[in-house]
Amino acid sequence: MYSILKKRFLAPDICQMEVLAPRIASSAQPGQFLIVRVDDMGERVPLTICDYDSVTGSVTIVTQQVGASSRKICALEEGDAFTDFAGPLGMPSDFIHEKEEVLQGKKYLFIAGGLGTAPVYPQVKYLHKKGAHVEVIIGAKTRNLVIMEEEMRQVAREVYVCTDDGSYGFKGLVTAKLKELMDSGHTYDQAVAIGPMIMMKFVTLTAKEYNLPLTVSLNTLMVDGTGMCGACRVTVGGQTKFACVDGPEFDAYQVDFDEAMRRQGMYKPQEQEADHKCNIGLRNG
Amino acid sequence: MVKANRVPVRGQDPAERVTNFNEVSYGYNSSEAVLEASRCIQCKNPRCVAGCPVSIQIPTFIKAILDGNMAQAATIIAADSSLPAICGRVCPQEVQCEGACILGIKHQPISIGKLERYVADWAKENQFSTAVKPKPNGKKVAIIGSGPAGLACATDLARAGCEVTIFEALHKPGGVLVYGIPEFRLPKEAVVEYEIGQLQKMGVKIECNVVVGRTVTIDQLFEKEGFHAVFIGTGAGLPKFLNIPGENFNGVVSANEFLTRSNLMAAYSPDSDTPIYVGRRVTVVGGGNVAMDAARTALRLGAEVTVVYRRTEKEMPARIEEVHHAKEEGVVFQLLSNPVAVLGNEKGWVTGLKCVRMELGEPDESGRRRPVEVAGSAFDIPCDVAIIALGTNSNPLLGRTTPGLEMNRHNGVVADENGLTSRPGVFAGGDVVTGAATVILAMGAGRKAAKSILEFLKI
Ligand SMILES: Cc1cc2nc3c(=O)[nH]c(=O)nc-3n(C[C@H](O)[C@H](O)[C@H](O)COP(=O)(O)OP(=O)(O)OC[C@H]3O[C@@H](n4cnc5c(N)ncnc54)[C@H](O)[C@@H]3O)c2cc1C
Ligand SMILES: Cc1cc2nc3c(=O)[nH]c(=O)nc-3n(C[C@H](O)[C@H](O)[C@H](O)COP(=O)(O)OP(=O)(O)OC[C@H]3O[C@@H](n4cnc5c(N)ncnc54)[C@H](O)[C@@H]3O)c2cc1C
Ligand code: SF4
Ligand code: SF4
Ligand code: FES
Repeated sequence: MYSILKKRFLAPDICQMEVLAPRIASSAQPGQFLIVRVDDMGERVPLTICDYDSVTGSVTIVTQQVGASSRKICALEEGDAFTDFAGPLGMPSDFIHEKEEVLQGKKYLFIAGGLGTAPVYPQVKYLHKKGAHVEVIIGAKTRNLVIMEEEMRQVAREVYVCTDDGSYGFKGLVTAKLKELMDSGHTYDQAVAIGPMIMMKFVTLTAKEYNLPLTVSLNTLMVDGTGMCGACRVTVGGQTKFACVDGPEFDAYQVDFDEAMRRQGMYKPQEQEADHKCNIGLRNG
Repeated sequence: MVKANRVPVRGQDPAERVTNFNEVSYGYNSSEAVLEASRCIQCKNPRCVAGCPVSIQIPTFIKAILDGNMAQAATIIAADSSLPAICGRVCPQEVQCEGACILGIKHQPISIGKLERYVADWAKENQFSTAVKPKPNGKKVAIIGSGPAGLACATDLARAGCEVTIFEALHKPGGVLVYGIPEFRLPKEAVVEYEIGQLQKMGVKIECNVVVGRTVTIDQLFEKEGFHAVFIGTGAGLPKFLNIPGENFNGVVSANEFLTRSNLMAAYSPDSDTPIYVGRRVTVVGGGNVAMDAARTALRLGAEVTVVYRRTEKEMPARIEEVHHAKEEGVVFQLLSNPVAVLGNEKGWVTGLKCVRMELGEPDESGRRRPVEVAGSAFDIPCDVAIIALGTNSNPLLGRTTPGLEMNRHNGVVADENGLTSRPGVFAGGDVVTGAATVILAMGAGRKAAKSILEFLKI
């Protein structure tokens, strides 16, 4: 059904796939995600829609191997198929409601941490097409973890690459680069940060010093992704929101990151133990 | 005259069944069924029929069991119900058919649900089908949601010859029957999948992973995909929380999440990739079927379980049989208690519920006596996991993405009793219209809407 048309590794643990899913390809918008299952006993795994082509009916996803399910995804080959591929889910990015004339006068800064470069890409591409001015900071631990730099350069006015160890580009965290840009007089109408929760938290603290409007995309735990379970709940502006239907993008200054990070680790012990294979025993073992 | 008692139904022993997810009740065998059927006095004006939301011809099918004419019994039931194997198992019979049975006034009512289940299980075992090969009428109908409302609507439309496609957001069809009600009450493969398979045999297409409103809109179904009518049976799946402090601590989950992990994702099985956590002590908040299902699931996953409910047992909306089973299995009930805060530790994990004692005051608008707090009665119930089972609302998605569709303030669809909505060609029924209710009501609403759809399509 949802067969894999193309697959390649962008970095040792990060793979990109083009998957045949015509319904999603023709309805997806920037900022949305989908949910995949690898097989009948598989978890429902949320992944950002990184590109879509309504002509070929294909959707691009980028997956980082972090545990059992993402490893299973990356083990699939061209010609294999996903059992389930549901979406698009979540609210599209706010800017899709803006008129082209408005976007043409706007300056955006995207801040991508690690794998976050992949979800940032469709947004940058969309804004570029509409004539907005877009700059991107890509941050990674080290040189071979920098992904999609070339694609990004095709659609962004400026791409600043940072590595923690200085093996490529600017040496330091994305927050240091952000500070440098702001201190040297750059201005932006809107910034968007996507990456690990901890990175988004610190980008938020930094952006605040400059009163830079900031949106973040929250990768909470999810089960159904349709608003049915509440596993994805986060506190935003003092209110409980469901990331899968009210988000995944929110105003960064309203998000309770500490709670969100804590909730993300809820199933950590079980996930670590034998790659999930020990859920819990029934009473009689 | 000494009246015969109800024929008891055999089932798994409580100590045994808390160690597995197999069905608790075995149902009647043929001699038990005939014996129970023989108790029915075949009332001229059967009160039981009036008590059944879809008016199954109860005395007539019971008579057929007695006569050993099972095919006839199955045919009689099929005239009014398309999911008897399911309703026989999960209907709240004590407030419906059995609650109205004349024998119940002075003695014990007929076990109508168990007899209905017996007939339905017989039909399956003997591959008896009342379905006729339909003659295509050239009309295409889209059904959104594959719960009992959608399934029942699809059945009747397919029988009339419509080309029916069911769109389901999740990866498996069945709605609450699959993600909510546990295996030990409603076996998935033997009952739910079988019923859905029957539907597919009649030519009904089921497309999973389609979230209508996101993947495709209702307007697109009409304009781009050529459907002539649409039925909305999307249920009421959005969980309510208590809105008390500490509710987002780790270990606080909605019953929907807990049950979905266990049922839909099969997390109770070691082969499943989906994790579930119960810890040692679980507290479940609520008193409905959902609370009982969550409590009994947690028990089977190895936890000690306490149910906290703010009224008394009499007011519990759960089926009596479920409350009874839960008690037998060792669930502890803290009645007249209401949580006011979730307690947690410095790591952000739940450690307990702070509750207050309640007493019953004046009746409220539902006719039930309203619980009021007893001053100075706070106490704590320690737990590792708290499951919130307080009911659900509908998903706002379809309302937001369907221009001209009138919605109520609970995000439900406004529809009349025949399933007509404010949009011509769009029909709705089940929990999405009534709010969380029952399988039989959803099924009945689906069938009424099917009738309206056929009228609309002039068939
Ligand atoms: C809206 C959304 C979009 C996402 N987009 C992408 C994407 O495009 N590409 C991608 O690779 N991943 C994405 N994720 C994250 C992805 O869903 C998780 O990494 C995946 O579920 C992990 O499953 P696993 O079984 O492999 O790892 P697990 O065994 O479940 O987890 C391994 C480790 O990762 C941590 N972890 C689990 N889930 C998450 C999470 N959601 N975020 C951060 N850490 C987590 C765990 O705590 C654990 O330490 C997205 C998540 C959401 C909610
Ligand atoms: C745990 C639990 C136990 C229960 N126990 C009993 C019981 O013992 N007896 C009883 O009579 N009743 C019981 N009920 C209530 C009963 O299950 C419901 O009233 C009934 O299932 C409602 O049927 P429905 O068809 O309206 O909706 P549902 O069964 O909720 O089905 C709706 C379906 O629509 C899908 N959907 C939603 N939105 C979309 C969309 N946008 N696009 C596509 N698909 C969508 C959902 O995924 C779901 O599969 C219980 C409910 C629960 C939750
Ligand atoms: S459908 Fe439900 S209420 Fe009607 S007879 Fe059967 S068990 Fe009773
Ligand atoms: S009311 Fe009871 S006794 Fe009378 S017909 Fe119905 S089931 Fe039989
Ligand atoms: S993932 Fe279930 S409600 Fe958001």
